[in-house]
Amino acid sequence: MAWTREQMAARAAKELKDGYYVNLGIGIPTLVSNYVPEDVDITLQSENGMLGVGPFPLDNEVDADIINAGQQSVTEQKGTSYFSSADSFAMVRGGHIDLSILGAMEVAENGDLANWMIPGKMVKGMGGAMDLVAGVRRVIVTMEHVSKDGASKLLKECSLPLTGRRVVDMVISELGVFAIDKTGDGGVTLVELADGVTVDEVKAKTKAKLSIDAALKVA
Amino acid sequence: MATDMANKVYKDAKSALDGLLREGMTIMAGGFGLCGIPENLIVALRDSGVGNLTCISNNAGVDDAGLGLLLVTRQIKRMISSYVGENKTFSQQFLAGELEIEFNPQGTLAERIRAGGAGIPAFFTRTGVGTKVAEGKEVREFDGDKFVMETGLVAEVALVKAWRGDAAGNLVYRKSARNFNPMMATAGKITVAEVEELVPVGSLDPDHIHTPGIYVKRIIEGPSYEKRIEQRTVRKA
Repeated sequence: MAWTREQMAARAAKELKDGYYVNLGIGIPTLVSNYVPEDVDITLQSENGMLGVGPFPLDNEVDADIINAGQQSVTEQKGTSYFSSADSFAMVRGGHIDLSILGAMEVAENGDLANWMIPGKMVKGMGGAMDLVAGVRRVIVTMEHVSKDGASKLLKECSLPLTGRRVVDMVISELGVFAIDKTGDGGVTLVELADGVTVDEVKAKTKAKLSIDAALKVA
Repeated sequence: MATDMANKVYKDAKSALDGLLREGMTIMAGGFGLCGIPENLIVALRDSGVGNLTCISNNAGVDDAGLGLLLVTRQIKRMISSYVGENKTFSQQFLAGELEIEFNPQGTLAERIRAGGAGIPAFFTRTGVGTKVAEGKEVREFDGDKFVMETGLVAEVALVKAWRGDAAGNLVYRKSARNFNPMMATAGKITVAEVEELVPVGSLDPDHIHTPGIYVKRIIEGPSYEKRIEQRTVRKA
C-alpha cells in the first residue's frame, strides 16, 4: 500500500520544526497544515502578502479581503500581518522563509525542478514558484511518483521547462521519501519507504540515479 | 492647496479616465486574482472601447470579471503577468495566437514595478536563473552565485484599488487586498485610484497611510463592490 495524498502530507509535516516560517503550495502541500505536530508552532506565509495564515473561515466569517495565494478564503491568526507583494517577495528572495513545500511535474537527480509549463499545452504561468525555489532555504516537493501515463517523474534530467536549477532538497511521493544531492552529483537517495512498498518497485519507477539508504538495506 | 486636493476627486470611473486613454497604451491594474482589483475602473476602461492595450497585472481575471472583461472584448493585445490559469478566454486567445503574453515570476513582476516606480532602471535577482525567464538577459555573478538582470516597469496609466482614501490621494488598503496596488500606484505616469470609502482629509492616521497622496492623481469612490471570491473555502463549526 503506497501512501495516500493525506499520508504524504502527514509525512511532509514531520519536516516542520518549531518556529519555522513556511510557504505551502497548492494541492498536497496545502494539506500539510492539517498535520502540524502539537508541539510544533509554525507560521504560514502566503506570497500575495500575508504572514500568519489561519484555517478556512466558518461560513459566516468569510472576508473577500482575506485570501491566500491559491485564491482561497482563509482567516487571520493572532499576530497576522499584511504587506505588499513586493515586500512579500523580499521576504522570499531575501532567504527569510525556512521551508517551501510545493508540487512538481518533474524533478531531476540534481534537484532541478519543472512545475510551470507544458509547451503548446499549458499556459498558466509560474506564479511565485520560481521566486520560492530560488529564495527559500529548504524546498520539499510532494508529488505522485509517476505521471498519469506511467512515466517516472523522478528523472536524470527534466524534459519540461525548468522552474529552477538545483533547488529541490527532498521529494515525498506515494512510494517514500527521497533526499536529493542538489549541490553535488550524489543523485537521489531513498531514505524512507512507504508501508508495503518495496525497493524494487521504487527502482522500477525511478529514472534518476538512485541509492538506497543504509538503514533501509538492513531492514 | 485645498483646491489642488479637491481637483483629484472625480465623480465616477468614466470621468476619472477621461482624456487619459489611447489605443496601444500600457496600463497597470492592481489586484491578486480578483482580490483588490479596481473593479469600477476596469469596467469604465472596457466601456471606453480603447484597444490594443498592453496590460501589466499579476493575473488576467476570470472570464466574466476583472481584466477578463477586456479579453472578451479583445481590447488587450499583450499581457505581462505571472499566472493566468483561471481564465479560459485567455487560454483560447493565446493558443490561437491572438494574444501575447510575457510571463514574469510573481516576485520579479512585483519588484520590476517597485523598481519602475522608484526610478530604478534594473536590478539583479536569483529568481529564474537557468530557466527560460533568463534567456537573452544579462546574468552576472555576485559572491559566487548567479543573478539575472531584470528591468523596471512603468505604465502610462496605473489603476489601483484601496479601502479608504482621501481627496489628497492618500490610500489605505485592507488586508490581503493590498497585494500589487501600492507598487503600481508608484509606477503609473498617471495613477487613478478607486476606494470603497472616500474620507475627509485629515481623518486617516498619518502613520497608517500605505500610499502617500503624491502618487495618486485622480481618485473616485466606487459606487459598489462585488468583491468576488474565486475559491470560497469554509470549514464546519
